[in-house]
Amino acid sequence: MASNNFFLPASVTSSGRPVLVPNEVECNLLSNVDIEHDQDDAVSFPPLKSGHFILTTHRLLFLSSSCSSTAVAIPLSAITHIFSSKRSLKSVFHSPRFRFQVSATPDNRIFDSDPGRVTGLRSVVITVVVRGKGDWELFLSKMWECWRGRAWAWETTPSETGPASASASASLYASDGSVRMVGVGGLLRKEQEMWESTDRSLQEAFQDLNALMNKAKEMVMLAEKMRQKLLAGSSSQSNSANDEELGSKEEMQDWLLSVGIVSPVTKESAGALYHQQLSRQLADFVKIPLERAGGMINLIDVYCLFNRARGTALISPDDLSQACSLWEKFDVPVMLRKFDSGVMAIQSKSHSDEEVFGRLRALVTKPEALRHGISASDAAMTLGIAPAMAKEHLLTAEGKGLLCRDISPDGFRFYINLFSEIILDDLFLVKDYGIYSTWVKASSASG
Amino acid sequence: MMQKLGDFKLPAFFNYPPYFTLQPVRDTREKQIQLWKELILDYCRTQKVFLILLEEEFPLFSNPVIERSLNNEARETFLSALVSEGRAEWLDKGHRKCLILWHRIQDWADIILGFVKDNGLEDSVMTVEEIRLGIESRGTELHGMDRTILMRALKLLEHKGKVAIFKGTSADDEGVKFSV
Repeated sequence: MASNNFFLPASVTSSGRPVLVPNEVECNLLSNVDIEHDQDDAVSFPPLKSGHFILTTHRLLFLSSSCSSTAVAIPLSAITHIFSSKRSLKSVFHSPRFRFQVSATPDNRIFDSDPGRVTGLRSVVITVVVRGKGDWELFLSKMWECWRGRAWAWETTPSETGPASASASASLYASDGSVRMVGVGGLLRKEQEMWESTDRSLQEAFQDLNALMNKAKEMVMLAEKMRQKLLAGSSSQSNSANDEELGSKEEMQDWLLSVGIVSPVTKESAGALYHQQLSRQLADFVKIPLERAGGMINLIDVYCLFNRARGTALISPDDLSQACSLWEKFDVPVMLRKFDSGVMAIQSKSHSDEEVFGRLRALVTKPEALRHGISASDAAMTLGIAPAMAKEHLLTAEGKGLLCRDISPDGFRFYINLFSEIILDDLFLVKDYGIYSTWVKASSASG
Repeated sequence: MMQKLGDFKLPAFFNYPPYFTLQPVRDTREKQIQLWKELILDYCRTQKVFLILLEEEFPLFSNPVIERSLNNEARETFLSALVSEGRAEWLDKGHRKCLILWHRIQDWADIILGFVKDNGLEDSVMTVEEIRLGIESRGTELHGMDRTILMRALKLLEHKGKVAIFKGTSADDEGVKFSV
């Protein structure tokens, strides 16, 4: 859609959730919305039909709900006026609509900066037609709030909170003129200062609830900044820092990574589309934990991780299972897996049974495993997943006839399935080739 | 090296630990049961074992080399599979005593008739114990055979009118009159 470059492009994740800029928070969502411009305007853009209209603290996002995946953004900073909606007789018969005015450059593009400084701008009135059943009045009032909030303006005036600044890393002198500390001592002092300032923030934040609310944004920013710094630090300074320091850094990094999802999908922000949006957000969220867990993770663990990341606005187990079951309908890279034992797990689609079986087969045909079999923890180590999940895989592989079980005082172990290889008419026949003969050789080698 | 149980040669899979755990997956279990059936019959035929008592040690049911043995459920499953094919019989309701028929009763009856003909015993009289342990049966499969199975086979022949069984002189022995 070449003619759509009136708007700014917006990127979406693989599961169809908008990618937010730092500190951007989703506020509301309307489904089944058309976007048009006033007929008498000279500039034009092709109308956008039936999509989700998402309000964030920084932008308005339009995501088409059809598969052609149009995603465009209108920065709130470009809005020059929001018209109050008039209730007329006409509105009883028509889909509700509201209008706002944005500034555009002469070459027919939305103007993404402070409109006060440049001349030659024109105003374009954009009409939003709400065809769905969403609470558009709430949306509009939230839009007012966000527009007035001017969240985008906060970042352009950097709020340097001292040594935690990530940008001043190149020169020996800091921006305030003092000599920056270098080496391990410097790192330690920085850490110390950072903790002190964190401590101050925490103390202030907990003084009363109002203060907490005021501090919330600052806290998230602080956490984000610390994370950025740590991420940058761990890649560039790993050779100069000692092990202990690295350990504590990693710990802190882990910790901060789990601080949270900046903009959780809530029932309030997504309304009727709550589960759908939650499902997409969950799909994005589980990617990293899944990678760490080797491609499969227990649903209960996901529930804990997800809610911990959300911090507030926790979801119920039922919400989680609904969100997971919706994945079948979307093109997301993860899936919900129900094992015969009733255990439920989230699995990345690349973590297929075939691949797992291939790795298990390689594992059980090693000479040592041919002789003594493998346990669930052996499989867990090879597959890089939790033993409980590994056991599920082993049982599935057993069900497919790949493995056999051996229960003895030594425990529950699995062997490659030889039963199908043994010839019933001649119990003593071992063919010269095949896994049976390999096993015979391996087991007789042990003595 | 080939492992042996007395003079009985054991197959290679006897050292395969899962062979001693009852497999839960259907296809695998079926193959496992078949392998056990064959091995039990083979062993009993060559070792002249007629009776397996589940609660007592049976050499085939444990493998000290790999330190595995069949549990009672597995033993009963494999023997029951033999029973359902007519290759074994439970002697009690509790399924603790199992008679192994590496020859079916009908086959045993045919062997008896063959023995009678080979030795020219048509129309003669023998005691049951003479058939089992006498000079005539020496070197045949009848020698040393289980009395219960022998009686079953004789009863079958009696039913067909080939023999007559009657009470002998001693209380615990019966006489058999062949009329082939």
